[in-house]
Order: sequence, then structure tokens, then C-alpha cells
Amino acid sequence: MSGALGGQIRRELLLLARSRTDVLNPLVFLFLTVLLFALALDGRPENLRAHAAGVLWALVLLTNMLALDGMFRRDYDDGSLEQMFLITQSPVAPVLGKLLVQWLATGALITLCSPLLGLALNLPAKVLPMLFLAFLAGSPAVSFIGAIGASVTVGIRRSGAILGLLVLPMLIPVLIFGVSVVNRALDGDPPGPAIYWLAALSVASIMAAPFAVSAGLKVSLEQ
Amino acid sequence: MPPSPLLQIARFACLRDRRLLFDPLELCVQAGECVELRGPNGVGKTTLLRALAGLFPAEGVILSRAPFAYIGHANGNAGALTAEENLRWYLTLMERPATDASLREALERVGLGAVAPRPCSRLSAGQQRRVALARLLLSAADLWLLDEPYTALDVGGVVLLDGLLREHCARGGAALVVSHNPVQPASRALDLHPAPLMRRRA
Repeated sequence: MSGALGGQIRRELLLLARSRTDVLNPLVFLFLTVLLFALALDGRPENLRAHAAGVLWALVLLTNMLALDGMFRRDYDDGSLEQMFLITQSPVAPVLGKLLVQWLATGALITLCSPLLGLALNLPAKVLPMLFLAFLAGSPAVSFIGAIGASVTVGIRRSGAILGLLVLPMLIPVLIFGVSVVNRALDGDPPGPAIYWLAALSVASIMAAPFAVSAGLKVSLEQ
Repeated sequence: MPPSPLLQIARFACLRDRRLLFDPLELCVQAGECVELRGPNGVGKTTLLRALAGLFPAEGVILSRAPFAYIGHANGNAGALTAEENLRWYLTLMERPATDASLREALERVGLGAVAPRPCSRLSAGQQRRVALARLLLSAADLWLLDEPYTALDVGGVVLLDGLLREHCARGGAALVVSHNPVQPASRALDLHPAPLMRRRA
């Protein structure tokens, strides 16, 4: 089990290192759109601040959609995905490896950049730690739930819109709780149960997604 | 007691768009046999092989199936990784030790010993196919399911694959090979016939 998981993680990290633009493109998209919002709403800084949390979470979800779309596509096309299913007794361990690295390349990176993005949207410095924490707690749910959608749509060309339609509704709880955490911090309140809900959603999706993604990929391969 | 066959299927059929592709199939492949699978384009050779590998839902039963290795139309190599990195990933997924020596030996066996550590996307189509053949060697599977394995191979590659098949069958393995050209090491051929159009599934 651990051998397959470790081997898959090593492979995915190698692939990441060889195609750095795949990591950078979504991040560049996120920074550009955040800056566009900052410029568009800059007439009233307090306006920007009031909408910062919602804008940021929505853009992060869209950025994840962008990254998720290609998540399994290359493996599907070059045949390594079917080999993964044929070689292993159960593809859950390598699938978990893939999902973890996918989160590392998107969610974890976005979490690291979140204070910077918060500053660009005029959030006060005292809110930034809570912003960071909200993304840390919520971003695994985004990646892991999103991957379920990506696994089902990998067989469809130009699946971007379908992936969004399929996944974004499932991510609405993450959006609501994430925005709530940041807005409460903005008002000077403690985050309340929302941060625990984010973490709970992430834990649940980390546990369930490898199985759901395996099943989804199997369906995609059987077409 | 006769040795159990490496592959045995009964009343095996594949449906596409609710249409039966070929007449239901009975097949028994014993150790040492290399079976050539023939049939016109579109009869369902690839689908049959995928169904045997478990990558396509099929009607009928698989009575026995030894551990197998499969080469499909896609070679199964990540383009950004070198041949060695691809094979190493393959072995770790099998929970088998991947030593540098065993990898190099397999690569030399398929004539890729001299290939510099270049990503697979920079190799020619024939070289990429040879990487897939190296995976076949490392798999240690008794049953090989090969879908047009001669595609893109040069003359030397064809001779190489023929040799590998002969050796594999002499060792007690078996192979099912889809090919449009005669497979030299084949001990027998199996023809797939398109099912009559009438016989649609209700």
C-alpha cells in the first residue's frame, strides 16, 4: 500500500517539476483576476474590503476548476491511467497520491499566497492569519471534491463547462463557510463553527474522494 | 489432471451501442500458446482485449485468467518522464523492487540501452513502443494481452518482439496478440466474425 502511494507521489512530483507552467498558469490567473477586481472596485476601498472574502473565495474556486480540468487528461491519453488500474490490486492508493499532489500544486500554493491576495483586496493585516487558516482548512475539500468531477469527465473532450456545472454546486458549502470565517474576522469576532465545518468537509472529502475518484476513473476508462 | 488454462472464457460477447460486436466466443488458452487474434476493422478486437483485461464491461464469463500484462494502443508512458522513470513507477505500483540493474537490463533487452535519459515524448513512436515492451518483460505476468504490438516497430523491433513472444511461450507463458499481419510465433489463429446485424439485443 505504502509502496504504491509513495511511488505515485514520486511520479507526480517529478511530473510537476517537469511541467512548471501547469502549476503557474492557474496561479497567474488567480493573481490577475484578483488584481482586476482590486482595480475595478478601487474607487471605494471600504467597498473592496466588504466584498474581499466573497471575491477571493469565488476566484479560488474558479482557479481550481481550471487546474482540475487537466488533472487526469494526460494520464488518460497516454495510457498510464489504464495501466495504473491494471497493475494494482486496488487503484485507491495511487489515486490518493495523485490527489495529494494535486492539492499541493493548487490548494496548498494558493493558501501560501492567500495573505498576499488578501492585501491586494485591501483586507487589514489582522484578518490575514484567519484568511490563511480558512484556506488551509477549506482548500483540501475543494481539490478532493473537484477531483471526483474531473474523474467522471476525463473521457469528454472540452469538459470545462461540464466540470464546473458538476462540481461547483458541491463546493457551495465550502464557499459559504469560507466567506463566513473571513467576514467574522473582519468584524473582530472569533470564527465560530464555520472553520470547524471547513475542516470537517476537508477531512470527509480526503477520506471519501480516493474511492469515488477510483470509481469515476473506472467508468471513464470503460467507455 | 490437465494444467489449468491461463485464460478461459465462455459465451463471451461485447456490446457497443446495444449492438453485438462479434459472435459469442469460447476460448481456452493453455500455457505455451500464442494465439493470434484476427478480424476485419471494427469487429471488436480491441474491445475484446479491453474486456478481457477488465477495462470494458462484457457479457459472458471469464472462467480463469492468469495475472496478465496488457499493451493497448496507447503505450502507457508519461511523456514528460524518461523510460527508466516510467518503468520505476510501474514496478513500485506492483510493489516490486525496482533496482537500477533490472531496469537497465530490461531496457537493453528491448534495444534502448543506448538511449540517453530523454523524456519519452522525445522518443520516436517505435522507441516508445519498445518502452512498453520493456514493461512487459518486467511485469513477470504469465499472460500477455497485446493489441497490435507491431505498430510503429521497425524490422529489428519485429524480430525482437517475435523473439520475446517465443521465449515467453517456451517458458510456459501465453499470449493473445491482435494483429493485421501474420504473427510468426503464433501457434494458432482465432478469427473474429462480425455478428449479423439482425442479432441486436432486445
